[in-house]
Amino acid sequence: MSGLSIQNLSMRFDLPGGGHVQALQDVSLDLKEGELLSVLGPSGCGKTTLLNIVAGFLAPTDGKMILNGHEITGPDAERGMVFQQGALFEWMSVRENVGFGPSMKGMPKTDKAEIVDHLLDVVGLQDFKEKAVYELSGGMQQRVALARCLANDPDVILMDEPLGALDALTREKMQSLVLKLWKETGKTIILITHSVDEALLLGERVIVMAPRPGRIHKEYRLPFAEMGVGADLRDVKKHPDFSAKREEILGMIWAMEEEIMGRTEAAT
Amino acid sequence: MIPFLIYVAIFVVAFFLVTKIAQRSAISDYGSLKTVTFGDESAVTPNRAASVISILTIFLLWGMFTGSTLLPRFLHAPGPFQGEASFEYTAQAGNERDSATVTVVVHPIDTPTDAPEVDPGDGWAKNDSVAIGMWRSGLLRVDRNDELGRGEGAEVIEINGEKVQPGDTVNVGWGTVTISDKGTPNIQPAKGWQMEPIWLPSPEAVVVRIGEIASEGFRGSTLWEHLGYSLFRVVVGFFFGALVGIPLGYAMGLSNWFRGWFDPIVEFMRPVPPLALIPLVIIWAGIGETGKIILLFLAALWIMAIAARSGVSGVKISKVHAAYSLGASKTQIMRHVIVPNSLPEIFTGARVAMGVCWGTVVAAELVAAEQGAGMMIMVASKFQNTDIVIMGIILIGIIGFGIDMLMRWAERLLVPWKGKG
Repeated sequence: MSGLSIQNLSMRFDLPGGGHVQALQDVSLDLKEGELLSVLGPSGCGKTTLLNIVAGFLAPTDGKMILNGHEITGPDAERGMVFQQGALFEWMSVRENVGFGPSMKGMPKTDKAEIVDHLLDVVGLQDFKEKAVYELSGGMQQRVALARCLANDPDVILMDEPLGALDALTREKMQSLVLKLWKETGKTIILITHSVDEALLLGERVIVMAPRPGRIHKEYRLPFAEMGVGADLRDVKKHPDFSAKREEILGMIWAMEEEIMGRTEAAT
Repeated sequence: MIPFLIYVAIFVVAFFLVTKIAQRSAISDYGSLKTVTFGDESAVTPNRAASVISILTIFLLWGMFTGSTLLPRFLHAPGPFQGEASFEYTAQAGNERDSATVTVVVHPIDTPTDAPEVDPGDGWAKNDSVAIGMWRSGLLRVDRNDELGRGEGAEVIEINGEKVQPGDTVNVGWGTVTISDKGTPNIQPAKGWQMEPIWLPSPEAVVVRIGEIASEGFRGSTLWEHLGYSLFRVVVGFFFGALVGIPLGYAMGLSNWFRGWFDPIVEFMRPVPPLALIPLVIIWAGIGETGKIILLFLAALWIMAIAARSGVSGVKISKVHAAYSLGASKTQIMRHVIVPNSLPEIFTGARVAMGVCWGTVVAAELVAAEQGAGMMIMVASKFQNTDIVIMGIILIGIIGFGIDMLMRWAERLLVPWKGKG
């Protein structure tokens, strides 16, 4: 069976002073190959924990994950990860960063150069090939991070707020790029985001998570990602359904945030 | 005090002159358009004119107060009296008074001069003569050639016509004459404001001495051998310190056991100044090369271990995670992520360690050594060779500065990503 299956995942952190935090409780999710999933939720709902577990950086206290028929036990090149920022290797040039995965596998130089060249074309950084990554702007750095992840040809791409630190204009361009890459490569993508707009634009499926304990609150299947491929994302945003869904989800998250606030206020 | 006042005066005058000239030739770069400069650190750049004047001022003051031949005479501070002078004394024995002249020759210290022959003159008090070195003073038993001496109750009652008692001082124009408690005139020619070479030699004397020692050597070794020995010790000690310290730091950064085991040792040894280890190292290893190198090894070891440890701890976890999810193995992560990520920290540590080692080697050589820059100035100071001491200090400073520049240059070249992560 291909695709990613997350089964009854729970994560409990014990606190040093006694007590514990239930970061995730009984999260189940099935992703087909090539699906684009956005995960949305108020802070503290366990989005990043979920992603770290899927990436294999954390072992869940309960439940398991099956990818293409085998269980996930640790980090692996089959699951690529794009971080918010600062995960590029600043001691390497753009070319070396993108070629990192193939180098680690011991791929022959010519094959590697071909892959790197192709991906730099895709993300539009061919002219910056030999530059040091710290000489690039924030948006360019994230394009390098995307290319680096793709160079390894992973089955699943995990994105942890990859566009979170970018300015609004760059962010919009990057959103188009992510859609384009998704369509062209057919990768399964899980994207964590804080922005409702981004989740709607870049999510074939959107799950909204609720905090304390972290769990899936609601799931949507949306047409906007398909609409956005090759189109102007501003036109997608003008769609009446888009604003309706946006309001609905925002209201939901606001209600959760207020509930948390109320609970902490009551507690204090 | 006077040199300090002159220094302050030059500082103030130069400031007003330079700022006035700078205003006239108003530069209009971006910085000059800033209206807020007080408190804006980026608007403060070193004024190069001030740096040049500052260095020149130090040499100017040095030259002024040592009577340097590099300066025109009118810039010299008043020098000590030199040449021939005289004063008259009047002695009284009972009711008999008589006067005589004392001729004083003040000569440079390094050219011994005999007291000149003088005509004894009339009366029972005879003329005297004495030779005194510059900056020195001399007691003169004026009655030793007189017909009536101390034994006959003769005593000096007047100097140049001024009545004196034991303890009084008379200014004779070119110096002072003080009557000692026993009635002997103590002649003190004016010292002027210049420093005696034994305290502070003139700049050209130091330069000449550098040339001399560079060509003839000092204590059986040439100047380059002395400096070379010091540098050699630093380099070898630092090399072994880094060789052991860096892997130790990596191990402490990567393993609980290593960190637990070595933390108490490193944290205890780090605040111990290497200088405090000198006596122990001398007891254990003697004053030869081994002892010096062990000392410098210990000086560099802890610094390098801590630098490597913090280099490893400083790696962003997202970089390590990224490398793992790109398929890197542990060895590959070590080689391609942890080591390059820690290099900037290690270079900073190396710069500190080299500085500490250079200071420590000089101190260790001051204590005991056969060769070395520190030994050179220590031995010179015992023989009052102030010019060699100053030369040594200058050379030690230049080399220390050079080491730091070299390390910075290597850092720029080898870890250009420093601070860019």
